[in-house]
Amino acid sequence: MIDLKGKRVLAIGERDGVNGAAIEACVRSAGAEILYVETQCFV
Amino acid sequence: MDLEGQGRIKQAVERAGTDNVVAILGANSPAAVEMTALTLKSGDPSYAGPLAGIELGIPSFHILEAAITEQIDPALYERELALPALAMDVDEVVKPLLTIREN
Repeated sequence: MIDLKGKRVLAIGERDGVNGAAIEACVRSAGAEILYVETQCFV
Repeated sequence: MDLEGQGRIKQAVERAGTDNVVAILGANSPAAVEMTALTLKSGDPSYAGPLAGIELGIPSFHILEAAITEQIDPALYERELALPALAMDVDEVVKPLLTIREN
Protein backbone atom coordinates (compact mmCIF):
# COMPACT_ATOMS: atom_id res chain seq x y z
CA MET A 1 0.00 0.00 0.00
CA ILE A 2 1.53 3.28 -1.10
CA ASP A 3 0.84 6.46 0.86
CA LEU A 4 0.90 9.45 -1.50
CA LYS A 5 1.33 11.91 1.33
CA GLY A 6 4.83 13.37 1.09
CA LYS A 7 5.66 11.52 -2.11
CA ARG A 8 7.21 13.41 -5.02
CA VAL A 9 5.28 12.57 -8.16
CA LEU A 10 6.00 12.37 -11.86
CA ALA A 11 2.49 12.78 -13.32
CA ILE A 12 2.52 11.19 -16.76
CA GLY A 13 -0.95 11.35 -18.25
CA GLU A 14 -2.33 10.58 -21.65
CA ARG A 15 -4.79 12.53 -23.73
CA ASP A 16 -7.07 9.53 -24.31
CA GLY A 17 -6.87 8.28 -20.73
CA VAL A 18 -6.35 10.57 -17.75
CA ASN A 19 -4.40 13.73 -18.63
CA GLY A 20 -1.46 15.07 -16.66
CA ALA A 21 -3.31 18.06 -15.19
CA ALA A 22 -6.03 15.80 -13.79
CA ILE A 23 -3.41 13.51 -12.23
CA GLU A 24 -1.66 16.54 -10.74
CA ALA A 25 -4.86 17.85 -9.13
CA CYS A 26 -5.79 14.43 -7.77
CA VAL A 27 -2.44 13.53 -6.22
CA ARG A 28 -2.09 17.01 -4.72
CA SER A 29 -5.40 16.40 -2.95
CA ALA A 30 -3.77 13.32 -1.41
CA GLY A 31 -0.82 15.32 -0.09
CA ALA A 32 1.78 14.60 -2.77
CA GLU A 33 4.26 17.07 -4.24
CA ILE A 34 4.48 17.39 -8.03
CA LEU A 35 7.91 17.16 -9.68
CA TYR A 36 6.86 16.86 -13.30
CA VAL A 37 3.66 16.87 -15.35
CA GLU A 38 3.19 15.65 -18.90
CA THR A 39 0.28 14.61 -21.11
CA GLN A 40 1.31 12.16 -23.78
CA CYS A 41 -0.46 11.92 -27.11
CA PHE A 42 0.03 8.88 -29.29
CA VAL A 43 -2.01 10.10 -32.30
CA MET B 1 7.26 7.22 -23.78
CA ASP B 2 8.52 9.68 -26.38
CA LEU B 3 12.13 10.77 -26.50
CA GLU B 4 11.44 14.39 -25.55
CA GLY B 5 9.51 13.25 -22.50
CA GLN B 6 12.40 11.00 -21.47
CA GLY B 7 14.75 13.95 -21.73
CA ARG B 8 12.54 16.17 -19.59
CA ILE B 9 12.15 13.46 -16.94
CA LYS B 10 15.89 12.88 -16.92
CA GLN B 11 16.44 16.60 -16.29
CA ALA B 12 13.80 16.62 -13.53
CA VAL B 13 15.37 13.74 -11.61
CA GLU B 14 18.90 15.05 -12.15
CA ARG B 15 17.70 18.26 -10.51
CA ALA B 16 15.61 16.74 -7.71
CA GLY B 17 16.95 13.20 -7.21
CA THR B 18 14.86 10.04 -7.03
CA ASP B 19 14.32 9.78 -3.26
CA ASN B 20 10.67 9.34 -2.42
CA VAL B 21 9.73 9.72 -6.11
CA VAL B 22 6.92 7.72 -7.72
CA ALA B 23 5.29 7.95 -11.14
CA ILE B 24 1.53 8.15 -11.47
CA LEU B 25 0.38 7.19 -14.95
CA GLY B 26 -2.84 7.89 -16.80
CA ALA B 27 -2.51 5.93 -20.07
CA ASN B 28 -5.45 3.80 -21.16
CA SER B 29 -3.59 0.85 -22.69
CA PRO B 30 -1.56 -1.89 -20.96
CA ALA B 31 1.23 -1.56 -23.56
CA ALA B 32 1.71 2.17 -23.00
CA VAL B 33 1.65 1.75 -19.23
CA GLU B 34 4.16 -1.09 -19.42
CA MET B 35 6.63 0.81 -21.60
CA THR B 36 6.55 3.87 -19.36
CA ALA B 37 6.90 1.85 -16.16
CA LEU B 38 9.82 -0.18 -17.56
CA THR B 39 11.56 2.97 -18.74
CA LEU B 40 11.28 4.63 -15.33
CA LYS B 41 12.42 1.52 -13.49
CA SER B 42 15.18 0.04 -15.63
CA GLY B 43 15.83 2.47 -18.48
CA ASP B 44 14.41 2.78 -21.99
CA PRO B 45 13.83 -0.81 -23.26
CA SER B 46 14.20 0.37 -26.86
CA TYR B 47 17.61 1.93 -26.11
CA ALA B 48 16.58 4.91 -28.26
CA GLY B 49 16.00 7.65 -25.73
CA PRO B 50 17.90 9.68 -23.13
CA LEU B 51 16.95 7.15 -20.42
CA ALA B 52 18.56 4.20 -22.24
CA GLY B 53 20.75 2.30 -19.77
CA ILE B 54 19.70 4.52 -16.86
CA GLU B 55 18.10 2.60 -13.99
CA LEU B 56 16.12 5.22 -12.15
CA GLY B 57 14.31 2.62 -10.02
CA ILE B 58 11.17 4.76 -9.87
CA PRO B 59 8.02 2.71 -9.14
CA SER B 60 4.96 3.40 -11.29
CA PHE B 61 1.30 3.32 -10.28
CA HIS B 62 -1.84 4.05 -12.27
CA ILE B 63 -4.07 6.90 -11.14
CA LEU B 64 -7.07 4.52 -11.31
CA GLU B 65 -5.58 1.81 -9.06
CA ALA B 66 -7.79 1.36 -6.00
CA ALA B 67 -4.84 2.01 -3.65
CA ILE B 68 -4.43 5.44 -5.29
CA THR B 69 -8.05 6.47 -5.86
CA GLU B 70 -9.01 5.88 -2.24
CA GLN B 71 -6.56 8.65 -1.24
CA ILE B 72 -8.03 11.22 -3.63
CA ASP B 73 -10.60 13.84 -2.68
CA PRO B 74 -13.97 12.30 -3.65
CA ALA B 75 -15.19 15.43 -5.42
CA LEU B 76 -12.03 15.51 -7.54
CA TYR B 77 -12.43 11.82 -8.28
CA GLU B 78 -15.94 12.45 -9.58
CA ARG B 79 -14.84 15.41 -11.68
CA GLU B 80 -11.59 14.06 -13.14
CA LEU B 81 -11.54 10.27 -12.90
CA ALA B 82 -15.04 8.82 -12.85
CA LEU B 83 -15.50 9.02 -16.62
CA PRO B 84 -12.07 7.65 -17.60
CA ALA B 85 -12.60 4.82 -15.09
CA LEU B 86 -15.77 3.85 -16.93
CA ALA B 87 -14.12 4.04 -20.35
CA MET B 88 -11.03 2.01 -19.41
CA ASP B 89 -10.50 -1.65 -18.53
CA VAL B 90 -8.70 -0.71 -15.34
CA ASP B 91 -7.74 -4.25 -14.30
CA GLU B 92 -6.06 -4.90 -17.66
CA VAL B 93 -4.28 -1.55 -17.70
CA VAL B 94 -2.97 -1.99 -14.16
CA LYS B 95 -1.84 -5.62 -14.56
CA PRO B 96 1.62 -4.89 -16.07
CA LEU B 97 2.38 -2.48 -13.24
CA LEU B 98 1.83 -5.13 -10.58
CA THR B 99 4.34 -7.43 -12.29
CA ILE B 100 6.92 -4.69 -12.88
CA ARG B 101 6.76 -3.46 -9.28
CA GLU B 102 7.16 -6.98 -7.89
CA ASN B 103 10.18 -7.90 -10.02
